Amino acid sequence: MDFLNAHLLSAILFIPAIAALIMLLLPDRPGLLRWYALIASLIPFALAVYMWSNFQPSAPGFQFQEQHDWYAAIGSSLHLGVDGLSITMVLLTTLLTPLAILASFSVTDRIKPYMMLFLFLETGMLGVFMALDLLLFFVFWEVGLVPMYFLINQWGSANRNYASLKFMIYTMGGSLGLLLGIQLLGALFGTFDLAIITAKWNAIQGLLLGYPISTVKAVIFWAFVIAFAVKVPIWPFHTWLPDAHTEAPTAGSMILAGVLLKLGAYGFLRLVLPLYPDQARDFAWVLALLATAAIVFGAFGSLGQSDFKRLVAYSSVNHMGFVVLGIAAAALAAGTQDAHIAMNGAILQMFNHGLSAAGMFFLVGVIYERTHTRDLNQYGGLFPLVPIYGGILIFTSMASLGLPGLNGFISEFLVVRGSYPILTPYTAISMLGLLFTGAYILKGILKVLHGPLNEHWAHGEHKLTEIKPREVIVMVPLMALILFIGIWPAWILDVINKAVTRLF
Amino acid sequence: MTFPFLSVIVFTPAVAGMVILLIPAGKKNVARSIALAAAVLDIVLALSVYVTYLTQHLVGYQFIEQYNWLPALGISLHFGVDGMSTPLILLTGVVMFTGVLISWGEDHAHVQAGIQDRPREFFAFLFILASGVFGVFASLDLFMLFFFYEIAVFPMYLLIVIWGWIQTREYAAMKLTLYLFLGSVIALVGALAMYWVAGHNTGTYTFDMLQMEKANFSPQFQNIWFLPVFFGFAVLGGIWPFHNWSPDGHVAAPTAVSMFHAGVLMKLGAFAALRVGIMLLPEGAKYWSWVIMLCAAVAVVYGAFIAFVQTDFKYVIGFSSVSHMGLVMLGLSTLNKAGLTGAGVQMFSHGIMTALFFAVVGMVYDRAHTRQIPELGGMSKPMPWPAIGFIIGSLVSMGMPGFSGFIAEFPIFLGVWQTHWLVAVIASISIIVTAAYVMLVVRRVFFGNMPEKFVDHVGPVTRLDKLAIGTLCLLMVGIGLFPAIMVPMVQTGVEHILHLLGGA
Repeated sequence: MDFLNAHLLSAILFIPAIAALIMLLLPDRPGLLRWYALIASLIPFALAVYMWSNFQPSAPGFQFQEQHDWYAAIGSSLHLGVDGLSITMVLLTTLLTPLAILASFSVTDRIKPYMMLFLFLETGMLGVFMALDLLLFFVFWEVGLVPMYFLINQWGSANRNYASLKFMIYTMGGSLGLLLGIQLLGALFGTFDLAIITAKWNAIQGLLLGYPISTVKAVIFWAFVIAFAVKVPIWPFHTWLPDAHTEAPTAGSMILAGVLLKLGAYGFLRLVLPLYPDQARDFAWVLALLATAAIVFGAFGSLGQSDFKRLVAYSSVNHMGFVVLGIAAAALAAGTQDAHIAMNGAILQMFNHGLSAAGMFFLVGVIYERTHTRDLNQYGGLFPLVPIYGGILIFTSMASLGLPGLNGFISEFLVVRGSYPILTPYTAISMLGLLFTGAYILKGILKVLHGPLNEHWAHGEHKLTEIKPREVIVMVPLMALILFIGIWPAWILDVINKAVTRLF
Repeated sequence: MTFPFLSVIVFTPAVAGMVILLIPAGKKNVARSIALAAAVLDIVLALSVYVTYLTQHLVGYQFIEQYNWLPALGISLHFGVDGMSTPLILLTGVVMFTGVLISWGEDHAHVQAGIQDRPREFFAFLFILASGVFGVFASLDLFMLFFFYEIAVFPMYLLIVIWGWIQTREYAAMKLTLYLFLGSVIALVGALAMYWVAGHNTGTYTFDMLQMEKANFSPQFQNIWFLPVFFGFAVLGGIWPFHNWSPDGHVAAPTAVSMFHAGVLMKLGAFAALRVGIMLLPEGAKYWSWVIMLCAAVAVVYGAFIAFVQTDFKYVIGFSSVSHMGLVMLGLSTLNKAGLTGAGVQMFSHGIMTALFFAVVGMVYDRAHTRQIPELGGMSKPMPWPAIGFIIGSLVSMGMPGFSGFIAEFPIFLGVWQTHWLVAVIASISIIVTAAYVMLVVRRVFFGNMPEKFVDHVGPVTRLDKLAIGTLCLLMVGIGLFPAIMVPMVQTGVEHILHLLGGA
């Protein structure tokens, strides 16, 4: 037990990858592979819950820290640790991965590599949230791309080749500046340890590479921002997202929307704000502008779709815009109470969007599996055929819409409340955007569940079947958390708030 | 008397080659078995040298052996390895071993894999070449270095012209041989000048490089002779603008020879340029380093773009080698710790990676009888092992973290940041281009639908092929995850070079 306590983070981080390697040796029996992958991904979740229960929100700094030698030659080590920001993201990741794997039980094509890629993906995502070493952060940041690329490219739908390459090249191209920036910092300080770099980098004076330090910082600030902006994604760097999300297999979309987008926002929180507080303040209006654009255009984009999955994909652009708006407000007025409120909202919104977007993509997948179409105009009046599915869909949509009593309301309200005094015009426009959020969500529900019944789905071989118990089990934890956070957000906001007030 | 590791490693292939020639021509399998036995002996010895060097934390030249050869002229058979050359000895052992495995040959109705035609002579020439390569890496005597260098280059002509791709082999073999001989003749003139001046300065005329390092060449002498010597060797390293022979040569050569050629011979050029050019003429290196950096940066970016537009599978890999060897040269040109360390690791990493690439290309060609990428497709189904191997090689090639390419490229870029930061920014473009072309090749060759005409005659690879692929992949992943198994050793070699460059 002591050993486990001392290595809790590396256990959570590496168990999925090791389990994936062991999977290579398993016989090719579908049932065995599925259950094995599910159990292998439940272990990190159990450990993450255990970690959450032992986490001390009031204690400063990082907890459960571990440091092992890795690439000593250039001053990088396997330095892991979590604080209030990252532990929520670790919890989200370890929760969504088993659900995504359970959602993938219907996959029949090459189950072994599929499940292995999911487990590798989990390690890659968790590593980003746990890394306290800049190089290590980048390592996991990039490594996560590979499994996702192959999941989209091999198990995606019709236009998958285009979507997967676009996803890969967009993200790699975006992170090129991040890579160069990290190289510069490493070359400058001879170490990649985040704490040391942050301290030294903020204290640096004079000229760097022959230019004033503020100029260099501004350039690298933008290099970092673009890398994370592509991932979040912020308008106008979002165009990879609708393609990737639409073409990915259902579980891939769940993880893409649920966790991968959070990596970008987390990059802002963990790297951009601490390393470039001045630049972040100076350019906060740009971020706010782009976030507002993402909220408004994301909502319009979503409203204009006739493909159910694309509609949900654009809604991610819309919702993640609020995260960035909160971050921009916090950057502009760092240290004030409003900033803390906005930041609390942004982080909670990351968690909440993870739950509702994963749920929405899964529900789209459920109906797609039965009808083999995602065209909203082909549905219509399905509620009487599938009442349970309809109820779940309405519930999850309402969370996405921001209905009070469910989680989305809490976080969006906090963001708006915190940002309003700081970024009044942007927030005001964003709130108008919320109107269209309501519009596209209702459009989705209307087109699928209500209106005249499309008789095609009512009889014969095309008769629509009700959601299966396995599929309900995927949704139950998500819905429970959505409701729970909506009614009693204090359990998670307490952890987030204590970290936020210390950090920003 | 300790066991003479290095001379046994160097001369085993040549002796085995001679023995193979004595076997009657009809007994192909006997010739192959002898070849395999020699290769196993060499890889075991190379591995034991490597492990000894690593685990005992040795520094400087070790496993030294010296035998008089022509004392009157100051020539001796002087062997020894340091942190730079030990990985290259291992690399040569690995490529030799895997090269023999994939050349073993099988003769089914549709598959003419490996070497069917005169395997006796083939292995004999290949092994003479291998002896030459080992000799260059192990030699501490300048004359012997040249001696082995020419031994390594000459059999290449015969190997390509006899067993090569029938369409271009005569042209490519001639081009390659002329380029390389011209380069080495120019370097030889420089070496003779060094011999005379060193003798004049110190009073003892010797080719011993450890003595020549202390010869106090005047800065003027160094500035004149550095470029001819460096570029003379660097031609074999594929440096732009003298890279033109290499893609043609790679493509025309039979599979095992391509593996040797790109995997090991190009390192020979880079290593000799380092050993003779930079280490014996350090002042000249400092004076001209910007020229090398410029040529290297052009090679990195240009090679990647040219690889992108190729439609011949093998030419893609050929030009990717130009790009990746450019990174080695880039690392050398920084003349600082990070850059040189990266160059050392990149030599090993690229050697393994490109050997794997050419092995896979060969396996595909042997079965499909075409290398035109648009005609291929769906090869992962009948040939899962080569597909997985090629994907891992691709990830190494694009510098994906977790694989050896990242471990090598990152310090190179760190080194470049410390000298000319703009070059680092420009060279980083190649990362994206590389990612794009390797992912496209992976998709077009290994995934998608397999054309009808391949359905009958594209079958799985042999067990020996799988062993070769597995060995190479294991090394790339091993170094990527645990850089400590190679980087500290390379660093000890770099310390010595930095000492010659004057402190730092």
